[in-house]
Amino acid sequence: MSDFVHTISFDDLVEITKLIRNVYGFDFVGYSQASLKRRVTRIMQLNNLSLFEIRSRLTNDSAFFDQFLTEVTVNVTEMFRDPGFFKVLRNEVFPYLASFQRIKVWNAGCSSGEELYSFAILLEEQGLYSRSFLYGTDINTRVLSKAKKGIYELSRMKQYSENFIATGSAHSLSDFYTAKYEAATISNKLKKNILFSVHNLVSDGVFNEFQMISCRNVLIYFDVELQERVIQLFYDSLCMLGFLCLGSKETLRSNEMAKRFRVVSKTENIYQKIA
Amino acid sequence: MVIGCSAGGFSLMFDILLSLPAEFPLAVVVIIHRSRKHKSSMEALLQKRTKVTVKLADGHEQMKTSVVYFAPTDYHLLLEPNGTFTLDCSEPLFFCRPAIDVTFESVSDVCKDKVIGLLLSGANQDGANGLAYIEANGGLAVVQDPSSAEVDVMPSSAIGTCKNPLVLNNSDIFELVSQITALKRTLN
Ligand SMILES: C[S@@+](CC[C@H](N)C(=O)[O-])C[C@H]1O[C@@H](n2cnc3c(N)ncnc32)[C@H](O)[C@@H]1O
Repeated sequence: MSDFVHTISFDDLVEITKLIRNVYGFDFVGYSQASLKRRVTRIMQLNNLSLFEIRSRLTNDSAFFDQFLTEVTVNVTEMFRDPGFFKVLRNEVFPYLASFQRIKVWNAGCSSGEELYSFAILLEEQGLYSRSFLYGTDINTRVLSKAKKGIYELSRMKQYSENFIATGSAHSLSDFYTAKYEAATISNKLKKNILFSVHNLVSDGVFNEFQMISCRNVLIYFDVELQERVIQLFYDSLCMLGFLCLGSKETLRSNEMAKRFRVVSKTENIYQKIA
Repeated sequence: MVIGCSAGGFSLMFDILLSLPAEFPLAVVVIIHRSRKHKSSMEALLQKRTKVTVKLADGHEQMKTSVVYFAPTDYHLLLEPNGTFTLDCSEPLFFCRPAIDVTFESVSDVCKDKVIGLLLSGANQDGANGLAYIEANGGLAVVQDPSSAEVDVMPSSAIGTCKNPLVLNNSDIFELVSQITALKRTLN
């Protein structure tokens, strides 16, 4: 970003955040200022917009806001990201999940679905998929429609296959998708028990009771206060002895909450609700 | 102070950190390119030998003087206006995450003219834009002399991108670092 023309100050960012809240009801107040600043600057550069122009586009053009929303949050994801996490899931969490009659999984901040399909594959592999139901939620409708399709670039599958092998699976990832031209399409049998829909962790509440909730690489962008509110929402949405999975750099920080969970894996940040 | 280094720059970076006194008056943030496949114990090894504290930066952690923070692998490292760190898993830059540019720019946004950016040996152009950004915000841009760098691509591209960077050979880099401590002592 050597381009110094399209840049904004932290004060400008506060203004933009307020504008978005007033016009669209999206509240970015508890989000990382440093990340937002970087993302907004990038949007301005890509579209060649000045501060004045981006403010007026945001005020008057809701289609532009849609695009803005896609770009302003970070949607980068992979299948079987952090293979060590999925290994612990298979070996230590799933045997436990197997004891529940119905297994409801909530993948919050699921982005374009790669993580959710990874869970589906693991459940299928362990013979648990038929009694599972997986909900993928995000604030971003564009990534959700990609998730629903379940079609990914074939070129990315090489990395995902390596990740999958590193989880210690005896299967090959290609058992779970079909390749055609440049596209890898997730098998239909894995899409049966899956629902993707919009849910905003900042403003929406409990919508079901879950045996497992996974929210990874979303809370890193939230300040401490917002993080705690969202963890409370997860606590309220988990059944007793249900599991909470966070990203590799996200831990339960508040003592209050730490008391209500058992640490299943300290390195992979997996917790079980015990009180 | 922010330090970026990659191929060929590690041993100089180690020596710089080893030279820091326990009460080094600045916070130091180090961005290096390393593979996510290997768990690295670089911080632990360094900590055994340095006088300053060396650690991986955590999200929400407050940046403090006399501490050296490494960016964890697979995340970009950002600094918030309130002086805490944020880890960011957005797109790699020049195939790198952490990227030097990202942290240089973010620290510069917050600390403005109170930043010293130091770019050492490396094999790609990551860091050049970030260092120019530091310079444009009134900070000090320092580049290892390409002729003393093992791999000169990184310092050379920074020299091409910055307006008026300070180009130092290795012994002058150590001199600069010790001057920082001396200067602070005088001011006190
Ligand atoms: C970096 S991605 C993480 C994807 C996946 N969980 C992973 O770890 O690979 C973060 C996602 O969180 C979503 N997100 C950000 N704020 C949110 C909110 N308030 N409610 C729900 N999702 C949100 C973003 O749209 C984005 O898709």
